[in-house]
Amino acid sequence: MNIIETVSNYLSYDFVKYALIAGVLVSLCSALLGVNLVLKRYSMIGDGLSHVAFGATAIAAVLNAAPMYFALPVTVIAAILLLRMGKNTKIQGDAATAMISVGALALGYMLMNIFSTNANVSGDVCTTLFGSTSILTLSKTDVYMCLALAAVVIVCYVVFYNRLFSVTFDESFATATGTNAAVYNLALAIITAVVIVLAMNIVGALLVSALIIFPALSAMRIFKSFKSVVISSAIIAVVCSLSGIFASMIFDTPVGATIVAADAIVFGVFCIAGKIKK
Amino acid sequence: MALITCRNLSLAYEGKTIVTDINFSIGEGDYLCIVGENGSGKSTLMRTLLGLKSPFSGEITFGTGLNKNKIGYLPQQTEVQRDFPASVKEIVMSGCLASSGFHPFYNKEQKKRAQENMEKLGISDIQNRCYRELSGGQQQRVLLARALCSASKLLILDEPAAGLDPVVTAEMYSIIEKLNKKDKITVIMVSHDIAQAVKYATHILHISEKPLFSGKTEDYLLSDACSLFNGEGKN
Repeated sequence: MNIIETVSNYLSYDFVKYALIAGVLVSLCSALLGVNLVLKRYSMIGDGLSHVAFGATAIAAVLNAAPMYFALPVTVIAAILLLRMGKNTKIQGDAATAMISVGALALGYMLMNIFSTNANVSGDVCTTLFGSTSILTLSKTDVYMCLALAAVVIVCYVVFYNRLFSVTFDESFATATGTNAAVYNLALAIITAVVIVLAMNIVGALLVSALIIFPALSAMRIFKSFKSVVISSAIIAVVCSLSGIFASMIFDTPVGATIVAADAIVFGVFCIAGKIKK
Repeated sequence: MALITCRNLSLAYEGKTIVTDINFSIGEGDYLCIVGENGSGKSTLMRTLLGLKSPFSGEITFGTGLNKNKIGYLPQQTEVQRDFPASVKEIVMSGCLASSGFHPFYNKEQKKRAQENMEKLGISDIQNRCYRELSGGQQQRVLLARALCSASKLLILDEPAAGLDPVVTAEMYSIIEKLNKKDKITVIMVSHDIAQAVKYATHILHISEKPLFSGKTEDYLLSDACSLFNGEGKN
């Protein structure tokens, strides 16, 4: 009884409804992109980009600019650069990603310390990294942005589904038969960057890549066709973010971390189920 | 009527010229095998024919009715594919994309073509199985069926027998031979297996730093290039 009361009490607030809508939509988009990113061995790019987004948010704070409008273009540019570097043989793709990732993290933390406007610097850093409160401070505009983004991602994903499959499974074959793989890779990187910047508000910069990789990895333990993996990871993402947000209300835990914990539990269950099935 | 003609073609890899003055043409129904040692530029030549790479100099002309979208390609397997969750059907269907134009989904005619090609290669009974759980030979057949969906005139095969055991290798070569003889599909194959190449191919292109031989298989067997290659192979 107590639990139901707590939840319904929370649900009477607008900001909680916003958090639920945005959380579910962003997790859904991340999971869809995640399937392709994980299979293309691009998971680390998602991680790298989230750190870049953290650095960019810190710079935006120093410049007194709105974090979203500054972090978004910077992260998109970083996504394009990372993709280019993956092809460069001089610095290997994974090393380049790690380099940009820690570089941005260090720069962001340094800037936040030097130009801090708030006495509680570590609190600020913690919020940006782990998104402890920001999901509860979403405005109506943020929610509309999430809605628009989710619509764009889902429509694109459905329309280009067959081509995305082909490019992910075999880039050289796709290119040789007239699909412009480079354009799809670029589009994938840019959309990933946008999703990461939005998702950062919800789970924080450090945990963003969990939303991207966990549902896809879980789904791959059990499902054996591409279509079933895509559909099930979307479902896993929605279920985990909903249960994560509710659990955080009931147990009074940080929202982002709870969503990721839910994802991790599902992954564990699916791992065991996959083993048993074999 | 030649399907593909190469004139004075030079290829470079990362800015370094690796092979110069390649001249050859391939006619309809031919079975051309490109042989040479590792690093001799076989794969680069193939990627150039596919349009994945531009030639360093020289020119490639395609015969009438043949363009990039009409070439079927069997690439070597990549690391990504080994644990890829996809059904056989999904992979074979993706070969039909070449003829999709701007349509987002597959139409009936494309689905029919995929089924026909799966039947041709004897994999229609495993079409709902997961690709990563198949044997190496079955996987190659899936990729060959996909190549057939994208083109019915010309196939370019990159080491189709790489990593297969002798029995499955022989099976693979006989499938390719059947496609060439019965379905009149022109085949260009890259291989370092010279014994199999001379057994099945009608034409041989042997490249090293410069092209050593280009012409019919029976002439190749008498040429210096062939004995040179065989001599090296035995040492």
